[in-house]
Amino acid sequence: MARAQSPRRRLIATLAAWGVALTIFFPVLWMILTSFKTEASAVAMPPQLFTADWTLENYAEVWQRSDYPRFFWNSVFISIGSTLLGLAIAIPAAWSMAFVPGRRTKDLLMWMLSTKMMPAVAVLIPLYLVFQRIGLFDTRLGLILALMLMNLPIIIWMLYTYFKEIPAEILEAARMDGANLWNEIVYVLTPMALPGIASTMLLNIILAWNEAFWTITLTTTKAAPLSAFIASFSAPQGLFYAKLSAASAMAILPILILGWFSQKQLVRGLTFGAVK
Amino acid sequence: MTLSLRALLGATAALALTGAAMAETTITVATVNNGDMIRMQGLMDDFYAKHPDIKVEWVTLEENVLRQNVTTDIATGGGQYDVLTIGTYEVPIWGKQGWLVSLNDLPAEYDVDDLLPAIRGGLTVDGNLYAAPFYGESSMVMYRKDLMEAAGLTMPDAPTWADIEKAAAAMTNRDAEINGVCLRGKAGWGENMAFLTAMSNSFGARWFDENWNPQFDQPEWKATLDFYLNLMNQYGPPGASNNGFNENLTLFQQGKCGMWIDATVAASFVTGADSTVADKVGFALAPDNGLGKRGNWLWAWSLAIPSSSDAQDAAKAFVNWATSKEYLELVASKEGWANVPPGTRTSLYENPEYAAVPFAKMTLDSINAADPNNPTVKPVPYVGVQFVAIPEFQGIGTTVGEIFSAALAGQKTADEALAEAQAAVTEEMKASGYIQ
Repeated sequence: MARAQSPRRRLIATLAAWGVALTIFFPVLWMILTSFKTEASAVAMPPQLFTADWTLENYAEVWQRSDYPRFFWNSVFISIGSTLLGLAIAIPAAWSMAFVPGRRTKDLLMWMLSTKMMPAVAVLIPLYLVFQRIGLFDTRLGLILALMLMNLPIIIWMLYTYFKEIPAEILEAARMDGANLWNEIVYVLTPMALPGIASTMLLNIILAWNEAFWTITLTTTKAAPLSAFIASFSAPQGLFYAKLSAASAMAILPILILGWFSQKQLVRGLTFGAVK
Repeated sequence: MTLSLRALLGATAALALTGAAMAETTITVATVNNGDMIRMQGLMDDFYAKHPDIKVEWVTLEENVLRQNVTTDIATGGGQYDVLTIGTYEVPIWGKQGWLVSLNDLPAEYDVDDLLPAIRGGLTVDGNLYAAPFYGESSMVMYRKDLMEAAGLTMPDAPTWADIEKAAAAMTNRDAEINGVCLRGKAGWGENMAFLTAMSNSFGARWFDENWNPQFDQPEWKATLDFYLNLMNQYGPPGASNNGFNENLTLFQQGKCGMWIDATVAASFVTGADSTVADKVGFALAPDNGLGKRGNWLWAWSLAIPSSSDAQDAAKAFVNWATSKEYLELVASKEGWANVPPGTRTSLYENPEYAAVPFAKMTLDSINAADPNNPTVKPVPYVGVQFVAIPEFQGIGTTVGEIFSAALAGQKTADEALAEAQAAVTEEMKASGYIQ
């Protein structure tokens, strides 16, 4: 039975939660406010949270100087494409690891995770050369493959954790009722693990959307997504913070909206199995 | 019969159109985000009118990301870029390695002899021009005329470091948040070390002797660093070890610096619309110490063609257009003479209309005062005024920059910083095989 919380304790917990949330959100808020300032106000000392000369000029200039829709659609294709492809590979992989584990399954999982510990730049030259030689450089397909491979260990790990929560007996019952492997995964396992799959999907879309090393390194003009769009507004000489903030706001807005509407699903998926 | 003839003519026309469409060459230009480059992107109609068969696509990246991407592409022979925006540091190194296409065959009307000799010299290796300068810059003193007047001082056109110290002391007013002098302190080979290396030349210091032995244990470097630290600690802004070009620009524009010694390109910013002191700025040559060398640098953002490009003719046509005399006139006609990319051509400075721009003469004099082949008082085995044109310099320059920045932040003394720099550079030069 849950223990009743005193009002004081609840107040402290609420304040602490607001404090943490505001601390995390503050840089984003600062960026959004800066995007509506003039370049001079953006770098004013001491820094000003609010200014008297709000402007939309930065957005107008960023829009006029860049082909935002092209970058946006590239981001959409690359993040959704890499996630769906990753799921298509990870669901059967996580099924086999969760329900028919071998002697080396745990080692395999650890090895997969260890590939994430390697700095990306370590494989820069080999991947760059391979992409050039097989014609994947600066293509959406190339980035979909690259980001899928980068995020695959995380997808498999998350799905494996969710699948482990599902009793194997249910799958056995399905098999006894005559379900083949395809039916078992598609009609029994997937619907039961839907919250987990949905949160894995959302998290990976966010990871792919925000990825900035490979998306900038493996593209030039055709497949460059919003990360490259942001990078083009940093200047070595001259003030650029307000325009850079406007470009950043335009780049994160779609994913922020997606995260906002799916936050319930995300939290449910991420905390799935955390409390038994 | 008529029908057949029409069909034949139609098919021929369609084929011709297809052929024309197929003949279009697309070139990819990698560039940094600066005002002159952005302006050029807005003037592309002129290029397309002259070259309807060439389509230009732009990749604009942050300076260091651009450097990394372009280096990776050239080193792997990728051919993703047809025109590169590169600096004076890269050109001698990449040219020597055969990574760049020689531009010696640019047409006669390009008038290569019109390029400023100092800038052209920095882009030439073994007689081959490997990059065409798009804009050139040096460094100079920008100062507040009103504060100097209030202090009863006059800034000489060619000041000494003693003049700078005297002026900084007179203009510093901590109560009014006015710092006598603002200089770069942020660590990086292109940040504080660009300034300090150029400054050290005027103190007679050098990075290496003729046999590539590091020279940070010599009295000239000690004099340079002592002077810099004293000047900044007494008259510089608080937190100066975090200040680079943009931070100092902001301080100066907000009226918080009496003097700022930095790139000549800053002149248009401090006299521009965002500046609160636009009508109070004077210009002077970078300081010296009476040793025959001034503390100014030399840099040019230039356009080069990688040897891996498969559209070299189209790329040359673009480079020719973007760095020509006609382009300067085009910018002047559309945006005014003050917005013309500076520091590349002698004819620009002979133009009376451009001579009326307030910082034009000082920019030219500053560029002419720099010699990349003989940057300092004593002989050196390297090329470069504010850098050493060897591949290892990005690494060692940044390492030394971090050490000197820490000294400015008060984390170590000048002697400790110099000893550490000497050890770090010696180790790297041994590892790279320059010295035993």
